Formats: sequence, structure tokens, C-alpha cells
Amino acid sequence: MAQLDMRAKLAILADAAKYDASCASSGIAKRNSKDGKGIGSTEGMGICHAYAPDGRCISLLKILLTNSCVFDCHYCINRKSSNVRRARFTPEEIVDLTLSFYKRNYIEGLFLSSGIIRSPDYTMEQIVRVAQLLREAHDFRGYIHLKTIPDADPALVHQAGLFADRISINVELPTVAGLTRLAPEKSAPRIEAAMGNVRHDLDNSTDAGKRFKSAPKFAPAGQSTQMIVGADAATDGDIITRAAGLYDRFKLRRVYYSAFSPIPDASAVLPLQRPPLMREHRLYQSDWLMRFYDYQPAEVADAADPATGMLPLDIDPKLAWALRFRDRFPVDVNRAPREALLRVPGLGVKAVDAILATRRWRRLKLADVARLTASIAKVRPFLIAEDWRPVALADRADLRPLVAPKREQLELFAA
Amino acid sequence: MRVVALTAEDDFEGWRDAARALAGARVPPSELVWQVGEIAVDLFGDEAVLAPATPAGFRVPRAFLDLAQSVVLHADSQRFALLYTLLAGLIAEPRRIDDAADPLVRRLEEMAKAVRRDIHKMRAFVRFREVQDEAGARYVAWFEPEHHIVRANARFFVDRFANMRWSILTPALSLHWDCETLAEGPGATKADAPGDDPVEDVWKTYYASTFNPARLKTGMMLKEMPRKYWKNMPETALVKELIATARQRETGMVAKARTAIGGNIEAAWQALRDEAAGCTRCHLYQHATQTVFGEGPIDARMMFVGEQPGDQEDLAGRPFVGPAGQMFDKAIHAAGIDRATVYVTNAVKHFKFEPRGKRRIHAKPDAGEISACRWWYEQERLLVKPEMTVALGATAARQMLGKAVTITATRGRAIELAEGAIGWVTIHPSFLLRLPDRSRAEDEFAAFVEDLKGAAKALR
Repeated sequence: MAQLDMRAKLAILADAAKYDASCASSGIAKRNSKDGKGIGSTEGMGICHAYAPDGRCISLLKILLTNSCVFDCHYCINRKSSNVRRARFTPEEIVDLTLSFYKRNYIEGLFLSSGIIRSPDYTMEQIVRVAQLLREAHDFRGYIHLKTIPDADPALVHQAGLFADRISINVELPTVAGLTRLAPEKSAPRIEAAMGNVRHDLDNSTDAGKRFKSAPKFAPAGQSTQMIVGADAATDGDIITRAAGLYDRFKLRRVYYSAFSPIPDASAVLPLQRPPLMREHRLYQSDWLMRFYDYQPAEVADAADPATGMLPLDIDPKLAWALRFRDRFPVDVNRAPREALLRVPGLGVKAVDAILATRRWRRLKLADVARLTASIAKVRPFLIAEDWRPVALADRADLRPLVAPKREQLELFAA
Repeated sequence: MRVVALTAEDDFEGWRDAARALAGARVPPSELVWQVGEIAVDLFGDEAVLAPATPAGFRVPRAFLDLAQSVVLHADSQRFALLYTLLAGLIAEPRRIDDAADPLVRRLEEMAKAVRRDIHKMRAFVRFREVQDEAGARYVAWFEPEHHIVRANARFFVDRFANMRWSILTPALSLHWDCETLAEGPGATKADAPGDDPVEDVWKTYYASTFNPARLKTGMMLKEMPRKYWKNMPETALVKELIATARQRETGMVAKARTAIGGNIEAAWQALRDEAAGCTRCHLYQHATQTVFGEGPIDARMMFVGEQPGDQEDLAGRPFVGPAGQMFDKAIHAAGIDRATVYVTNAVKHFKFEPRGKRRIHAKPDAGEISACRWWYEQERLLVKPEMTVALGATAARQMLGKAVTITATRGRAIELAEGAIGWVTIHPSFLLRLPDRSRAEDEFAAFVEDLKGAAKALR
């Protein structure tokens, strides 16, 4: 009976939390339960325990404490004026659920967020209470990600960071005009001030950690944020620039993009058509280019169409950049510096490192590069190897059809 | 031919000791047969070797040992021989291990990668079920790995579930942890594991609820959660049903939102207009005075789409107020349409011009500018939901239809748009202003009025 009640609430509060894209459980040092009383460990690299048919990883138990909310943000299924069913967990119920899932190896930990009830401070206290129970009463050493509330007392956010591995505050929309239209009660300066406070706490904790080994760690997996894509007028160029600014100013670990998706009981202010999911994917790829491939934000923005500010949907931004800057290619695999090799479409970080290791001993031929990449046909117009020069290819005006992927849909239940 | 016997499928130490001795004696790879378990049949009549504990007399790079440690766990029966072949090669050429493009190094790296992936997937996809015995709760899982990774993976589960009694049963080996020591047992069958756990239904509820039907991406799911693991994961029983109903759930949400809008459309339109005032989606905002948004009743049945604001519209901030706008007013009056009941807007919402002396001469927006502005056009249509959209001129027709069309070929007939709405194409009124021949201008005006009448008639 209690079980059924629990399931009904879980269905509501997991459904309400699913629009948050973040699910990472990575980015922290290893720890285990061997010298403790409870359970839990982290390995540095996160684990996805299941995948839903939306292709998203299920790593954490991602739920809301409650989906009641005093705010009326148009993009949000939980806004005050929405007709969804409301439910609320007690902190103890969330603790039980987290532990019983964790013991069965379903999850890496908990990602807890909440609608705002009574006041921002009251809600934040409840969130902190869950984390405190898990950590102190149950000696839980799995991953905890807490979503903090921008208007809550910074002291409470600080406390949350002492229990959590990661803290996040969502900027919600890439443009201030969009935020004003879609989340009239939220304020961009207040959100950024809260992110600034978290950065300050992170810096202090790093400092203290250098001097005292026993200093309490504040959110060791850092802070992240999320923006909704396709609900306001921001172009890909705007989004990339905004994300780059956020990374710099607040030392974010990740900026998540969530393609706006239709929600039950949508508000009139929202566009009803969803943006192509591919757009979100291209933005993540551009994010990748900045984080792992040494592209400057302005360079990634250069991959976008200058007239519309949008990244192409049919090819990835790295290829788009290469096709725009043909004069930077071909690159000689036997001589080019790492930065130049990283720009070659089709060569990933691992392949580049393998090329660098190999060429210390011998010169690479095209067949050698072929063994390191998925498709040599896509890579070779951009490369010079010991026995290869893309003479005819490099001069072709219409390289794009040769290197652009052909779209194929995977059929799940095909015979 | 010599046969080397190893004690278990994942016997790395046995392989290492034997390989060290054999390579030290420069035994060529072709003379060895590697085998796991008791030597049943001695195929070639030669004696089996037990590794002699002599000093190797050579050194191998650390990277090779790391590689070998993973590769030994692979299910491929060739793995011991392949590793020995590379080892023999490394004695002559130690740097070969860094040659990532070497075919043998590459093959072994791929095998190591497959093993690491299997290790990772075991950590992810093992599912414990709770059973009660005299000492309390115990958690038992049944898992079928692809490679010989179970023993190597034990540390992970001990670290994580140190204070929980658990067993992991697999076809070749079982692991048992009693909160203090790890014990190994023989292989098991699925029937040895518990058949159910009530919490699995709670977990399935979570799995179904956290899935977003509006973003089906099954290819991604299959890539990371291949079907071979599904049979021992309770939640995968739901996948087929979730996929089958996803599209229906999504269209249901959209349809419901269209028919029963919760909010205030007037406020939504005002907010959209305010947002558009700061639009920088293309470069046209840099020189224009302001964004010229559409206007008219939000519940209008007809929407007219022009090309772009002109000089006077740019200064006034309102559409259709310049000479072409006056021509438009005259024409729709002649067509019997009440101007106060229609919504008017432009395909592009900033004035594009070329300065010529003191005058700003209209310039045609290009494809990029039109598509940058589509966002606003679509938002307006979502709110106004016109039954009839009339595109005035080629630019508007391109915005409405998403492709370039010729006016003469498309004008004056109903074109089906999404959601059952009707589209209609005609000329832009500024065309009439540019005709020097008076009688032709009159003919064209009459044809324009006929088109507008046709649109109004198609609406009824």
C-alpha cells in the first residue's frame, strides 16, 4: 500500500524532473565505503546504469522534492498555472528511495531539485536536509548533485556544497530578453550573482584544501548550469558566446543544453514546435570543441552560417569550420603541431595522440592513419601523409558532398 | 611444438611468467600453443613446458604490461599467442609499443578496449535482488559478461558495497562478499539467482517516468545499452511499449496545447514583441532604426505577410504605413476585406537599405536574412493561428513556404500549409508603384484585387 503511494509520487516527481538534461556523475576523486558504515563509492568516471529510449543516460535518481511551485515560468511543466498533478516527498522518503536503488546497483546517486514552496530559503533547507541525512545518518558515499535556488540564502547554498559533489544553478535561457519573456519572476543578475557566490566558495575550498588536508571540501565536482535551446530567439552563435562567458566567469564544469520539448499543459507564450534535436547535439559538439580541441569561442561561432548565426544541422561544427577555412588544410600528419591535427575533421583527441606517439619513431602513411580513424575517406581530403597528397580533392570547390555524412535512421525493432 | 598450460581464463600471472621464460630463451611464437586448464590431448606429441623461473634477461615497456593485463581477459582464444608475438617483437624493437598504427598493436589495443568496455558495462548493468536469510538482507545478482572480467571487476563491488552482503553469479564464476572477505565459487545458472524483487517495480516506474517521449533517440540508447545486456535488466521490458507510444504521446501533448491554451495570448504576443525589439539574429539590426513587428487582432482569421519594413515603416515602427501600405489598404478595401480584422506583418522585420546620398534605398533581403527572421514569423503564426496566410511577393512566399517560388506560377490559388491552414501567394503592392505604364498598372491592380478576393473567398 505504502509502496503504491510511493510509486504514484515517484511517477509525478520523476516526470517533473526529467527536463533537466544534466546527469553526470563524474569529476571527483575516488572514494569507497571500506572504512565506513554505509555504502557508496565514486570512481572519477561516472557510470550510466541504464539508457532510456530518448538516448539519455540514467545515472542518478533525478527527482524533485516537490513539483509545487510559486513561480510561473512558461517553459516549465511545474509552473504555478499548470494543471499537472502535484506531489511531495518527505526528506526521509527520498533517502529510502535513494538507498534502496543504490543497493540494487540501479544508480550512482541522487540529483535533487525542487519547485519553490513557501520561500526559497525553506525549500533550500529541505534539499540540504536530504543530503545531510544521506551523508551523516547513513554514511552514504555515492554521488549527490543538488540544484540550488538562486534566491536562497548563500549560507544555505554553502551548506549544500559541503554535502554535495556538484552544485548547479540554471541560467534557463541564453538571452536576458528570453528570460524576461518566459520566466518573468526570475532575474538574470540574481542567477549570475548566485553562480558567482558558488564560484567564490569553490575557490575558497581549493585554497583551504592546499593548506589543510582536513579542510571540508565544497562541491568537489564543481558547478554546472543548463540553458533551454529553441524557446527564445537566441541563435547558435549567441548561445556559444554566452556559454563561453559563463565557463570563464564562473569556472563551470559543464553547460548543459536542453532542446525545448513540448510539455503537457503548455503555456501560450511558448513556441509549440520543438527545435530539431540535432540542434542540441550540434551545440554539445561545439562545446566539445572548446573544451577538448582548443577552439576559441569566436572560432566555433565562425562555423555557424554568418547570415543566420546557426550551425549547420547536416554536418558537425568541426567539419563546418574546416569547410569554411579551406586554406588551413591539408595538414601534414608527420609534421603538423598537435593544435593543427586537432582541427582535422574525423581525427579525435585519441587519434591525434596516437599519431604524435607513432611519428616519433617513423613516418605515417595513409594506411596507418586509416587504422586510427573510423573513416579515412572523410579524413583524407584534409591530410598529407608519407604516401598521400590530396591534390585533386583539396582543389575541389564542392568538397562538402564528399565528406558530409549520409543520414541513416537506426531501426530498433527491425527484423 | 610446445603446449603452455595456464590455470584459468584470466591467468595473467601464469601467462606473464611463462612468456618471460620463453621469450628469454628466444622461443619463436610459431612453436607455442597456449591452452587453459589441464592438458587433455597433446596434439603434436611434444612435451608440455612448465615455466622455468629463470631471469628473463630483457625488459619490456610498462605500457605493454598494462595492455597485456587487459587483453588476457578477452574471450578470443588467440589472445595469449598474439600477446606473445608482440612480446617477441618488442625484444627486438621495444619502441614498437608506441606505434599505435602498427596492425598488431592496434588489434591488441582494440581487444583491451573491448575488455574495458565490458568491465564498465558490468559495473553499470549488474542488477541485485534482495533476499532475506537468517543474518538479514543479502543482495544477489545474475550477470553474463562477454569476456573473462568477473574476478578483475570484484574490487569495484567490494569498494562500493563494502557494508552489504552480496553475491554476483555468472556462468563461469561466482563472487560472494560477507562484509569482510571475498570468496569465489563455481559458475552458476540463472535459476540460482532470486527471481524477483518488489523494488524492481518502483525502479521501472522511475525508468518510464524519466523518459521523455518528445525526444525519441533509440539509436543512442542501443549504442550504449546493446541488446545483449537486456535480458538481465528489469527495466528493458518496458522499452518496446515506451517507443511504441512515444509519438502518440508527443502529438497528444502538442494537440492539447493547441486547442486548450492555458495562458493569456494577448500577454504572450506582447512579450514576444518586446523580445523581438532586441533581436540580433542577423546583422540588419545594426543600421535599422527599430524592429517593426506585426500588428492587428490576435484572433484574426487572415494574416498578410509583406516583404520588409520600408523607410517610413522603419521610422514609425509600424508595418504597412508607407506608400506600398497605402496601396495595400486601397486594394483590400476594393476586395471587400475589412482592414481592421486582419493581422499584418513582414517576412523580415528590420529595414534593409543602401544609403544613396541622403536617401535610404530599399534593398532586397537575402536568403540568410529571411531564414534568420523565420523564427519571429513562426512565433507570430503560432499565436495568431490564421486560417489564411497571404504572402505578398516573393520574399513573403519564401518565408511562408520555406523555399523560393515564382509568383506567376503560384499566385491566386490555395496552398495547403501545416495544421490545416491555407496559404495564398500574390504580388507585393510595391510592384504596382513601380509600373510606369498606366493601363498596365490598372490591369495589375485589378489582378491583385482578384487575388485578394480569391483568398477571402477561400476562407469561407
